[in-house]
Amino acid sequence: MGKTLAEKIWQEHVVRSAAGEPDLVYIDLHLIHEVTSPQAFDGLRLAGRPVRRPDLTIATEDHNTPTQNIDQPIADPVSKLQVDTLRANCAEFGVRIHSLGDIDQGIVHVVGPQLGLTQPGMTIICGDSHTSTHGAFGALAFGVGTSEVEHVLATQTLPLIRPKMMAINVEGELAPGVTSKDVILAIIAKIGTGGGVGYIVEYRGSAIRAMTMESRLTVCNMSIEAGARAGLIAPDETTFDYIKGKPHAPEDWDAAVAYWKTLTTDADAKFDHEVTLMAEDIAPFVTWGTNPAQGAPLSGNVPDPSAIADAEERGAAERALVYMGLEAGTPLKKIAIDTVFLGSCTNGRIEDLRSAAAILDGKKIASSLRMLVVPGSARVRLQAEAEGLDKVFINAGAEWRNAGCSMCLGMNPDQLAVGERSASTSNRNFEGRQGKGGRTHLVSPLVAAATAIRGTLSSPADL
Amino acid sequence: MDKFVTHVGTAVPLRRSNVDTDQIIPAVYLKRVTRSGFEDGLFSAWRNDPAFELNQEKYKAATILVAGIDFGTGSSREHAVWALQNYGFKVIIAPRFGDIFRGNSGKAGLLTIQLSQNDVEALWVAIEAKSDLAITVDLEARTVSYGKSSVGFVIDDYTRWRLMEGLDDIGLTLKQTDSIDAFEKTRPTFKPQTIPAK
Ligand code: SF4
Repeated sequence: MGKTLAEKIWQEHVVRSAAGEPDLVYIDLHLIHEVTSPQAFDGLRLAGRPVRRPDLTIATEDHNTPTQNIDQPIADPVSKLQVDTLRANCAEFGVRIHSLGDIDQGIVHVVGPQLGLTQPGMTIICGDSHTSTHGAFGALAFGVGTSEVEHVLATQTLPLIRPKMMAINVEGELAPGVTSKDVILAIIAKIGTGGGVGYIVEYRGSAIRAMTMESRLTVCNMSIEAGARAGLIAPDETTFDYIKGKPHAPEDWDAAVAYWKTLTTDADAKFDHEVTLMAEDIAPFVTWGTNPAQGAPLSGNVPDPSAIADAEERGAAERALVYMGLEAGTPLKKIAIDTVFLGSCTNGRIEDLRSAAAILDGKKIASSLRMLVVPGSARVRLQAEAEGLDKVFINAGAEWRNAGCSMCLGMNPDQLAVGERSASTSNRNFEGRQGKGGRTHLVSPLVAAATAIRGTLSSPADL
Repeated sequence: MDKFVTHVGTAVPLRRSNVDTDQIIPAVYLKRVTRSGFEDGLFSAWRNDPAFELNQEKYKAATILVAGIDFGTGSSREHAVWALQNYGFKVIIAPRFGDIFRGNSGKAGLLTIQLSQNDVEALWVAIEAKSDLAITVDLEARTVSYGKSSVGFVIDDYTRWRLMEGLDDIGLTLKQTDSIDAFEKTRPTFKPQTIPAK
């Protein structure tokens, strides 16, 4: 029987396998940031262990770095200590780091691909659940906790139990105005936050193949929101073209591409589970609740929990509406927004900024709201400035910031106030995620831009 | 890591599903560089509510948390596990867990037990009827027992063995250094390294 793409990558990385034990899996690339690494480095120090492969490890500062006044010391002393700790650890253990102010600083999942370090067929880990992002290149990439960060620092391997395999097929052509963000929100709404638990998901089908690299990154990014361990897409010419010319693109290009071309699921491979969506059924999608599966087409209404058959889901929906301050039956387009956040590792790349800028060009954002535009990396910011996108945002009345995670998780000063409502291009609408008491609606960059102009949740078609 | 063989304690019922790791410990608490002291951030958004289970006097001594389905979804933060441990929890029972959270728990020595929705419901009812109900978790026998009830649970042999022995994963892997060395020799040269290329 044939193998799936993920099975092939897995098999090529097994260092040792023994009956009744997890496989010992080799890790090709380890990405590090300030939040989940200090205790791991501490563990190494206590045990007197070195970093086995500093040359396969790279760090950046992103989660709690400020997006304003970055030339000054970080004002919050606790954040500063954490960032300083990362710098000291990287210096001590010989790990390459891109600090605030450095041209290659940015969100860890934006930095890896833009340096060309993320390549097909690799195993990639990071102490961050959205590591699944890198799967867009046909890599096996997943988030781990701090104990595993320490394990990889010390051994460059992880003992892992192989997950099951799921295929999610998106067939057909997306309608204009429908983005890859809408696709992944629709997938999560269909299979639920637990639908992918225990699986590696391979996204397949003509709608996925037609996507640009950056759109694919958005899809794979949110695999974890369906509970999946990882999500990936088989590499193709789109992938190869994207890597070509990047700083770490292989020198032996032909050998690499020849290998990458073998990285597809065999025709006779079997998935443990398969789900299919038709692209033409997918419309601009927004969330109304407090987990990413609580979403609906923007043209719809806030759902009525009493119509939900499953008792658990009904209770969750009732609680979500209370938290979100929403009435069942309200048209989603009537919901007024206080803050629009464009950024994050889901939608903070150049393509996302371009598409939002195209909507905002020559227009003003509603006076009732503020809009934060936070590029995913310093290079994305520079590229956007070279294209004049910063002017478009600023002239529209938005704030143009420096790179980082920012309001995606509100560890830095960019937070929602209690009761404040956002339309956010990030990936999590959990209670308090963007600030205590804040209410989040997840949206695509196009919906974010249209919402900024109209003041209520909107798609470009409403303008 | 302490060895875990059996644990006897009282439990707190948390009748909520989809308790993600942002609820277990919000991001603002993640700025610390130590592994201890996270108990103050545990479920912080709910701790002001006197009705919240952890605030009720009768559950103050609980060492077992019985939660709804999809506990620990979302962010990979191991701080969620530390916060639960720092607070005093030894065992978490739920119908289903987030994958990363479950893995992190196993590494840090916090036992997660998956029981059916019905078994969890029965436990909730029993605890709500008698808050000082003694619950015995036996990892060797793979059972959760209380009163006259005893429910079996499934856990893979390897994780069970590691928890029972209190073994450090890294130490175990370092015994395989020869295999890792050998594997590295086969790594294709076109694969990238992070040291600046040119
Ligand atoms: S942008 Fe948000 S989701 Fe992405 S790494 Fe940063 S905090 Fe995590």
